[in-house]
Amino acid sequence: MLDELDKRLLNLVQTRLPVAPEPYRELAQELGVAEEEVIARLRRLIEAKVIRRLGAIFDSRKVGYKGTLCALKVPPERIAGVAAEVNRYPGVTHNYLRNHEYNMWFTILAGSEARLNEIVAEIKGRTGIDECLLLPAVNIFKIRVNFDLA
Amino acid sequence: MNKLDRALIRELQKGLPLVSRPFQTIAQKLQISEAEVLARVQELIDRGVIRRFGAAVRHQDLGYVANAMVVWPVPDERVREAGRIMASFPGVTHCYERVRAPGWPYNLYTVIHGRTEEECRETAARIAAAAGVDDYQILFSTAELKKSSMKYFVEG
Repeated sequence: MLDELDKRLLNLVQTRLPVAPEPYRELAQELGVAEEEVIARLRRLIEAKVIRRLGAIFDSRKVGYKGTLCALKVPPERIAGVAAEVNRYPGVTHNYLRNHEYNMWFTILAGSEARLNEIVAEIKGRTGIDECLLLPAVNIFKIRVNFDLA
Repeated sequence: MNKLDRALIRELQKGLPLVSRPFQTIAQKLQISEAEVLARVQELIDRGVIRRFGAAVRHQDLGYVANAMVVWPVPDERVREAGRIMASFPGVTHCYERVRAPGWPYNLYTVIHGRTEEECRETAARIAAAAGVDDYQILFSTAELKKSSMKYFVEG
């Protein structure tokens, strides 16, 4: 479970980790604890998978990658097998089942448009599922991934 | 993106080292100075290549268990206005305009995180009223099949 100091630390590091020679010391000063305490707690939160990634969160488009949201109509009895085919690609970063006839929703990132199309074609070919929506983003109004723990 | 940027991104995506001087650790691997690493990281932030320098937290562990994707069909001339209004709701974590597909008229997408499905439904209803879009579908997630961080520049 998270104690008060964990929550204060998470609230702080979600928004900003100092880009400075001793970032953990700066966080420690803000929290009024020792640098070693901050490092130990971050290590524990990463091991417990509360923190998925520490440091740089990239904008895939500005890194030069192409991406799309993709939705498939998967027969219920084939979900596990199709998920395995889809999830084997490192560029598939998120995959959710949703309560809709298009029930499998995942995102694909690839280094080029050509590679992206190739992955889509492979998934369709291997699964034999042709009912597929390709929904690339044209405009991003918001990405907020920090949550208030207070 | 030059060769050094790519090498730096490859190091950064492993997670910032948990040592007193983490940028120094990265600098040694790239055989450049700590000051240069700091300057380049700041430059990537300024260019928007690094969207955020902080921690990505698993929200399920924090009690936000319900995840609703709400899809809205909005006329092109109203998309920007509606998108801004929807994005202004605190319960909305993602708001994207996407291309429409054959048989799929939806072009605005909002992801709503809430503590319960009911909370998500209420948020969607308030968004509909505020944005003046009363036609929408709510797709709740029933299972997370994969969630990972992208690893850039590791495979062709």
